[in-house]
Amino acid sequence: MNAELRYAYAVAPPGLPPLPEGLRGVAGTVPRALEHAGLTAVVGTVPADDFAEQPLRAHLEDLDWLAETARAHQAVVDALTEVTTPLPLRLATVHHDDDSVRRSLEADREELAGTLDRLAGRVEWGVKVYAETDRAQRRAAPAASPSAAGAAPEGGARSPADAAPGSGRAYLRRRMRAVSDRESALDEAENTGRTLHAALAAYAEDVRLHPPQDPRLSGASGQNLLNAAYLVPREGAGRFVERAEQLGAHDPVVRVEVTGPWAPYSFVAPASGRGRHAGGAAAEASS
Amino acid sequence: MTGGPAGSEPRQAGPAPVPEPRPDPVEEYRDAVRGREVSLVDLLDRLLGTGVVVSGSLTLGIAGVDLVRVDLRALLSSVNDGVPSPWRGGGLL
Repeated sequence: MNAELRYAYAVAPPGLPPLPEGLRGVAGTVPRALEHAGLTAVVGTVPADDFAEQPLRAHLEDLDWLAETARAHQAVVDALTEVTTPLPLRLATVHHDDDSVRRSLEADREELAGTLDRLAGRVEWGVKVYAETDRAQRRAAPAASPSAAGAAPEGGARSPADAAPGSGRAYLRRRMRAVSDRESALDEAENTGRTLHAALAAYAEDVRLHPPQDPRLSGASGQNLLNAAYLVPREGAGRFVERAEQLGAHDPVVRVEVTGPWAPYSFVAPASGRGRHAGGAAAEASS
Repeated sequence: MTGGPAGSEPRQAGPAPVPEPRPDPVEEYRDAVRGREVSLVDLLDRLLGTGVVVSGSLTLGIAGVDLVRVDLRALLSSVNDGVPSPWRGGGLL
């Protein structure tokens, strides 16, 4: 059994310019181009101790390892995105040796070449829209909170109609106001989100919607309403980002986050409206 | 140069700029947007949920991995099926 395996990062058109010196990929190894069948695979030589199926499986359960590997993978794909339009491969695509990489290129040649043609000269931008409903509540209802800065000192002038803060009725009223503030903030955020998405989609050649991110994982504040990817020609990149930032700037209950430029990850699958395959490896094998 | 992104390299003030090759717009914005490190979630969303799966690779692909210990499977949006409408009212727009 080989002590070394090949980690494949991406497939690119032939004639790839030299990669930056000092670029390191997963396991700290140097990525290199492997041309075959009118395509370029960008691969690295990695130790079987870590990347054979069993150890890899264990490693992928380790968030630190996963994060480090994902960042290293992305560093290579990013470097490629600066000089070409790569098709990023799924994280942890491992082959036995160069020959088995070549066989993969050959087997999938038509599909890979077709996808490269379709995506050439494009990049992906990620745009997320968050509803900052907490912010809206704070803005709308500072007086509703007895602990707010403006609270009456020492039980001073308090309107009798506004029952004691501790009373059930006052509590209920505060709750209801909070709920309705939150609802209207959400409505407002959604309207802004729709407008933004429509405007950005008009700039983009293609769009994919990803499910909203779970705040437990992202740690982001606010509710993630829109998590979309837009395929944009490289020349349109500047305008796209400006537009995205403008569109979100006027609305205080909305936060817009732009990420990119990414290699066109979300668009490698041609299926409209769905950025992924359901079943993993087997689903992709060309007839 | 019009509207360079905040955080791009300071440009020299002075004599009218000689028309030099325009910087690649993607490059120009990369720094502005990527000023901070991409979040791990964004990264994993793309690296685990999208990307080409080539035939003949050794691994079963990430779909074959449990990702249980790091509790990712339930949380990562990209490995879950179906994309509900982002809007409560339904419909994309």
